[in-house]
Amino acid sequence: MATLTMVQAIARTLAEEMSRDERVVVLGEDVGKRGGVFLATEGLLERFGPDRVIDTPLSEAAIIGAAVGMAAHGLRPVAEIQFADYIFPGFDQLATQAAKLRYRSGGQFTAPMVVRMPSGGGVRGGHHHSQSPEAHFAHTAGLKVVVVSTPYDAKGLLKAAIRDDDPVVFLEPKRLYRATREEVPDDDYVVPIGKAAVRREGTDLTIIGYGTSMPEVLKAGDELAKAGISAEILDLRSLVPWDIEAVMRSVAKTGRVVLVADAPRLSGVLGEIAATIAEELFDQMLAPPVRVAGFDTPYPYAQDKLYLPTVTRILNAAKQVLEY
Amino acid sequence: MTSTVDGRSPGLALPKSELLEMYRRMVLIRRFEEAAAEQYALGKIAGFLHLYIGEEAVAVGAIHAMDERDHLVTHYRDHGYALALGLDPGRCMAELFGKSTGLVGGRGGSMHFADASKNFWGGYAIVSGHLPIAVGLGLASQYLDERRVAVAIFGDGATNAGPFHESMNLAALWKLPVLFLCENNLYGMGTAVEHASAVREMARKACAYDIPAERVDGQDVLAVYEATRAALEHCRSGKGPFFLEALTYRFRGHSMADPEMYRSKEEIEEYRRQRDPIVLFRNRLTQEGKAEAAEFDEIDREIDEVVAAAVRFADESPDPDPETVTDYVYAEPVRVS
Repeated sequence: MATLTMVQAIARTLAEEMSRDERVVVLGEDVGKRGGVFLATEGLLERFGPDRVIDTPLSEAAIIGAAVGMAAHGLRPVAEIQFADYIFPGFDQLATQAAKLRYRSGGQFTAPMVVRMPSGGGVRGGHHHSQSPEAHFAHTAGLKVVVVSTPYDAKGLLKAAIRDDDPVVFLEPKRLYRATREEVPDDDYVVPIGKAAVRREGTDLTIIGYGTSMPEVLKAGDELAKAGISAEILDLRSLVPWDIEAVMRSVAKTGRVVLVADAPRLSGVLGEIAATIAEELFDQMLAPPVRVAGFDTPYPYAQDKLYLPTVTRILNAAKQVLEY
Repeated sequence: MTSTVDGRSPGLALPKSELLEMYRRMVLIRRFEEAAAEQYALGKIAGFLHLYIGEEAVAVGAIHAMDERDHLVTHYRDHGYALALGLDPGRCMAELFGKSTGLVGGRGGSMHFADASKNFWGGYAIVSGHLPIAVGLGLASQYLDERRVAVAIFGDGATNAGPFHESMNLAALWKLPVLFLCENNLYGMGTAVEHASAVREMARKACAYDIPAERVDGQDVLAVYEATRAALEHCRSGKGPFFLEALTYRFRGHSMADPEMYRSKEEIEEYRRQRDPIVLFRNRLTQEGKAEAAEFDEIDREIDEVVAAAVRFADESPDPDPETVTDYVYAEPVRVS
């Protein structure tokens, strides 16, 4: 058992999966000699060689599209998009090709591939290095979408993603890459896609979060506990499919829910979850769901910390649902 | 430019049965497309329909040169390629009708034909968006040491879009077995090449990536066959990609909804009269004493029946079961909302 940061866990997992299955190849900008801009692919080139760890030009469309072709033809490519913000030049390949290949061919072709992307804010990256674009992917049928928040999950979910028979968008909150360390087992475990984690059990309200915002969500839970309020905290981990059962079970118990993410509020994943809760549990709700999200603005450089859901904003939302 | 006009055409040495099969497939495409236009007018085919009439020699010549293990990825004007590959005309027509017996169960329609058994990865309707997939197939072929070539078909319009250039660069950089086959039919929808591309000869764009290129008379099926054969040899031998530009012309509008205000009736008439690939090939085979009128007529009659049967099959086939609309989104059914 090793104590690892999230980015170390990812690099180890890629190496483990490449050792296990020679169909697994890694490609992207600076993933080879440089070891990835965040070092998520460090050491892979030396170990597996340039045929399997492929440095590409700055060509997001060709990176994703080539991964589709490789995946369709039996390989298991793991493409890295250097920042999630860079997906837009390659978005056509993801949304038009990867997502639809199985459907358009009536099940004849598949694209079992992973697109890893460092996402989210909190690193003063400005407009083009801070976004959380998960809603774009979630809105595209055919893609699975994962957002990790711990080193342990990063390993287990990355293994699940690489072994999945569908294209998986794997979002890695860059702010959390080295934020904490935790013990990551050496064994070959998988965290299934589509299962939320209950980070804290409680009875008074449910707080649902994922990705970059999870540290604030957990701190808010601690603060509430000090005030004698029992919050149940769910880390979604997967957004497509999201764990409807776990969410409904928790909210049916507490009757109150706060939803937290560092993405724009409009048409976001939180809105979808809130709507589903309202449709399914309206009679059992003690208060309307409340969202704590980023702003409906481009990502602001100077107000980076303001944009992220803070502990204070989460506590205010908790107060709102508790006092309704 | 490769052409048989100057008299050299090694393709003529092909066995007579192969030559007549090429003729047969060109006629099949022509009659199939004419029938599709009729069925569209009758309301049996919905949405958007782009006919391949006039360009038959490109698909038939290229596919005749391909190995059956080679990959094919095409633009949305894809019926001709499916038929040239030998896919069942009934299932092709059923796909146009949106029937459950279509190539992909009626999910795709005109622009999204595909068939795994022929390594036909399908028609794609985002212009130039399919080219990176061909690069990936080429990369997989190289990685698996299979010596299969990925053949990418696209029009002149695609060469102005970003993914084309990304794909050319990657294929050349990594010496991938990818054949870029550009059908230059002189118009991207309603915009003439000279108004859309800074370079009129598409093949010249290949030099930016050090990819060898050739232009070929796309109305001459033997010329296309020969040029494709040589290009595939180049790709298969590990020398990297090749760029082939077939000069062709579509005799019908871009789609069924095209009033064709951007080109003159005289121009269209001239191509139809002088440059019809089927007439040119038939005349050529006749002159060379390869076949007689009765043999061509017999093929024409047979194709009329095949196409009529294809329309009947499509018409009589059942619609897809509404229950299947959510099939094949994911490997296993998943509740997402």
